[in-house]
Order: sequence, then C-alpha cells, then structure tokens
Amino acid sequence: MLRLIVRRLLQLVPTLFGLSVLLFVWLRQLPGGPVTARLGERATEADRIQMERLLGLDKPLWEQYGIFLRDLITLDFGDSTRTGRPVWDEFTQRFPATVELGLSAILLAVVAGIPLGYFAARRRGSWLDAGAVSGSLLGICVPVFFLAFILKEIFAVTLGWFPSSGRLTTGIDATEVTGFAVLDGLLTREWDASADALWHLVLPAVALSSIPLAVIVRMTRASVLEVLQEDYVRTAESKGLHRATVRGRHVLRNALLPVITAIGLLTGSLLSGAVLTETVFAWNGIGSFIRDAIDARDYPVLTSFILFIALAYVLINMLVDLTYSLIDPRVRVH
Amino acid sequence: MGTETTGATPPDGDAPRPAPPAGTAAGTAVTSRRKDRIDRLAELTARTDTSTGSGLWVEALRRLRANKTALIGLGVLAVFLVLAVIGPWIAPYSPTAQTWRGEVFPNRGIFVGPRSGNWLGLDHLGRDELSRMLVGARQTLLVGVVATLIGFTVGALIGGFSGAALALGGRAGRTVDTVVMRFTDMLLALPSLLLAVSVAAIMGQSLTTVMVAVGVVQIPVFARLLRGSMLAQANSDYVLAARALGVRRRRIVLAHVLPNSLGPVIVQSTLALATAIIEAAALSFLGLGNPDAAQPEWGVMLAQAQRFFDQAPMMAVYPALGIIITALGFTLLGEAMREALDPKLRS
Repeated sequence: MLRLIVRRLLQLVPTLFGLSVLLFVWLRQLPGGPVTARLGERATEADRIQMERLLGLDKPLWEQYGIFLRDLITLDFGDSTRTGRPVWDEFTQRFPATVELGLSAILLAVVAGIPLGYFAARRRGSWLDAGAVSGSLLGICVPVFFLAFILKEIFAVTLGWFPSSGRLTTGIDATEVTGFAVLDGLLTREWDASADALWHLVLPAVALSSIPLAVIVRMTRASVLEVLQEDYVRTAESKGLHRATVRGRHVLRNALLPVITAIGLLTGSLLSGAVLTETVFAWNGIGSFIRDAIDARDYPVLTSFILFIALAYVLINMLVDLTYSLIDPRVRVH
Repeated sequence: MGTETTGATPPDGDAPRPAPPAGTAAGTAVTSRRKDRIDRLAELTARTDTSTGSGLWVEALRRLRANKTALIGLGVLAVFLVLAVIGPWIAPYSPTAQTWRGEVFPNRGIFVGPRSGNWLGLDHLGRDELSRMLVGARQTLLVGVVATLIGFTVGALIGGFSGAALALGGRAGRTVDTVVMRFTDMLLALPSLLLAVSVAAIMGQSLTTVMVAVGVVQIPVFARLLRGSMLAQANSDYVLAARALGVRRRRIVLAHVLPNSLGPVIVQSTLALATAIIEAAALSFLGLGNPDAAQPEWGVMLAQAQRFFDQAPMMAVYPALGIIITALGFTLLGEAMREALDPKLRS
C-alpha cells in the first residue's frame, strides 16, 4: 500500500512540472505582456523598464522560470492587483467556504444519487427508472447558474424559506475557529450560528449538486445494470446466498467502483460550478473571488488559481485511485 | 454470429476496460479513469460481432431508427436547425431596433410581457424578444458548431498524428505518441470552464473568444478519442492483410485506418455540441461573452436578463429554455448513437 502511494506521488511529478511550464508560458502571453497588464497601456517607457526589472523580466528565460518555480514552492504567489493583498492570504481565507459548499454538494449528490441509480437499475423500465434517466439528462443540460438563480428566486425571494445570499445572517454572533461555519458553531456550542450557517448552505449546495447528482445517477444505473448480468451474480444467487448478501456484497460493491471514479472526476466540474453558484448566492468563497478577478483581469490571482485547481484535481484523483485499490483487491494485484 | 473478430477486442471478462497501450501505461494516475472512459468509446468500432451479420454501421443505423430517444433528439435538432437557418427571415422585427424603447423602464421595474404585436414581449431595451430569440438561434448554433469544429479539427490532427505514429511508426513513433499524449493528458486534467476562462482572459471579450475558449477545451478529448480509435483499428486483421500485401504505410493510415476510426469521434462531436452551448452560456454569464449586444445570442441574452429577473422572469426563461432544449436534443441523439454503436448495451 505504501509503495503504491509513493509510486502515485512520483507519477505526479511530470504532470505538475508540465503544468508549471504551461502556466509560466501563459503568464508571459498575457495581453500586452505582464508589464502592460500591470501598468496599463499608457505607461511611459521609463516606467516599463523599471517594472520589467522589478518583475525580473530582464533576466534570461531559464532564470525567470527558476524564480517562478521558487516562488511557487515557497507559496509566494504575488499580490492581487485588485485588493493589493497577497494571493495566498486571500485564498486561505476563502478556502473553507468553498470546501464547505463543495463537500455538501457532493454529499448530497452521493446520498441521493446512488440509491436512485441503484433502484432505477433494479426496476429497469419502470416509472422510477424513466424518471431517473430523464431527470439526470435534464440535470446535465440545465446551466448551473440558471438553476441557482431559479432556486434562489423561488425558495428565497418568493417563498422566503431560505436566505438568498451570504453564509451567515449579519449580526449573528459566531466565533470563527476553522472557517467552516457549520462546524465552528458545533465546536463552540453556538447552536444558533451552526443552524444559521446550515440554513444558508441549503440552496447553494442543492444548485451545485445538480450536475454531480445527474452524473452519479447515470453512472450507478449503468454500472448496476452491467454487474447484474455478470456470471458471478448468477453463481451467487444459485448458491442460495441470501438476497441481501448478493445485492450488498456482490452487486453494489462491484457496481460502485466506476461511480467512485466518476466522483473524483467531478471535482473539476464542481469547481467550475462553484464559480457560478457562489456568484449567484454571493457566497464569499474562492469562486466568487475568481469571478471578481476575471472582471478586474487580476492575473496573479487567476494564474495561482489555475495552478491550485490543477493541483487539487490531481491530488483528489490520486486519493480516488487509492480508495479504488482499497475497495477492489484486483487493482492492488496489478 | 460474428463475421470477424479483431485483435483489438478485449477478452470478455468482468473488467471491460481495455488495457492502455504500452506507450502510455506509465501515464499519470490523474486522468487514467477519464482516459479509460474515452478509450472505451474509441474501442467500440473495432468490435464487429453483429447479430445479423450485416456491417457495424448498418446495424447501428437499424438500432438508432428503433430508438425513441434518438428520434426525439433528432426532432428537436431538426426544429433548431430550421430555426437557425430561416430565423432571421421569419423574425417579425429587427432584433436590434429599440422600437418600443419608450415603453420599457428597467430602473422603474416596468417591462412589457407578451402581447399581440410582440408574442414574447419586449426586452429591457424595448426590442422584440421573439425576433431576438429567432436570430439568436443562429448565433447560438454558430458558437456551438465553430467551437466543436475547432476542438474536432485540432484534436483530430493531434490524435490522428499520434495514433498513426504509434500504430505504424515503430519505436520512434511510440516516443512521439508518448510525448504528445502526455501533453493532452495534462490539458485533460484542467477543469474545462477554467481552461476556457484562461483562454478568454488572454484573448479579451468577444464572440470569437467564446468560440475558441470552448473549442480549446474539447481538443484533448477529441485527440485522445481518435488516437484510441485508430489504435484499435490498427490491430485489426485488414491492416495486417494490407501490410502483408505491401501497401504503403501512409496509404494504410489514410485510406484504411482513419475512415474506420471516425465513428466514435462523430458521436463525441454530437455530445460536444451540447457541452459547447452550455459552456458558452456560462462564459457569457461570467462576463466573457460577446459584448456586442447588436448580435443576439441566447447565452448573452440569458446573462443580461438575469439582472431583471425579479420584474421580468420570462425574459430569462425564454433563452434558458432555448439552451436547455437544444442541449437536450444534442445529448439525446449523442447518447443514442453511442448506445447504438456499443454492442455491450444492446438489449
């Protein structure tokens, strides 16, 4: 197991190296170059030269790349051109909000999606099946930001059941410990703060979970259908094993392998979705910060974000691969 | 039963995933599963054990015709295509003329809903919503098609080159393939919307930006798909036969392998069109879309209308419905095509 982890970690090196080169090139391809991006079009020649020296652009290319790498490793991502604060601080401050939202969405999708997909497959051709299939197709085709908007209009603005924006009601007394609002409330025994945070979480999480839910339902259904036809399921049944045993140990366990993979792959679309959902619900996480950065052409923030996303994506998928080998002994053998 | 079996058909075990070819087996753990999914689609055309003995394509077409979802998808797309082509001519008014500017006051919350002269009401600048929807259909289709074409063309060039090198290029070809594929796998690891955002950030705000950005995202998918598909074909008997007959390699690749490998790629294009339209809308929502309001496009219309959602929800609902229905049409057809090509899913 340990060898597997080490091997996977080593395999990350070329990918990350490649990504850093891509990003480095991208940084240099900014419209008008990094200097214009910072000083604007009307800067004087003297200013430009000074800025070039300041940014180290007068040094040879390989040296610039070295500096770029060194900054990355020492977590020095530069300052946001919009807020003037270090990018790293901006990110770490908003990170818990996005993780809280993303995890809730995935949790929602898994808890609802796997049973739905499973029963759709078991009752193939039934109304439940038809509903699950067409519902998941629709879920993929509805733009996330529009769904978020509709949910907000119906349940927050019109019905008033849920708050329409933010993470906490203003004026509520909440102590910040971890930055995860719901968890903080539990840790500090401020139950009302925790409940309030949870209340704020419902609509954004539901909106964000639409695509993961659709994908998980489809994957589970397809996978269960495939496994149900396998010889080992028939063997298990003809051995006279209890129904629940066959379904739990043979069908579901095998069928869930591709689903777990799919969940890992969803990270990317989840982050894209978070940018859109957080914007609609004024959720002060990384997503809405990025949206503002796009508006302001805040390049240090955007580049660090892309690197951050790629890294998160790579790591999460590695975790998924490891989970895979925990569940499926066949993978471990290879 | 089967008229021929190809060397690429994996043994029918409990693991339907094809083993990755040696050249890329060391590929990153990152994208391995997503790669597998693409590779599975790529494998499909190489299996030709059809039940009636007729060709793969005839079989697939027969199954497609019997498939209700495919027909619904086709129907939706037919309507959309017709609208996109004739839309500008049947639009009752100019989509850009602010004819009824004096009747709409967005800052006072006064909007005009459907009425006899304007079946879908007016937008926030007093333009006829129906005309904008009709003209917008063409723009939306254009964005989707051009984006997919960019992804298809560049992706197919990269994938085709890589696949040809791997299949018939010997050891040097294998190295070329490894390098090229490692690069596309890296692109595959980046979330699509963010890749699109970075492209858009470089190119600035325009319709071209959206098309290029959404297209770039599709490149690695198409590249991987065509390569996998060509690889599956290259292992088949007819290629062996052609090589034994002394047919030149370039000819084998261009005249035999390539045409037979295009099936999964075409299926993917149908699905990619749906993604492209949705993703273009998301880019517009993030403020990276076409700033030129004179050219109506559903994504931009939706993004703009959301500001007035409280007073005039239908202004957002029309373009949203347009996007959803169109994307659904492409998805239904694409899924049905994939099922028709996949012998494992036959019932």
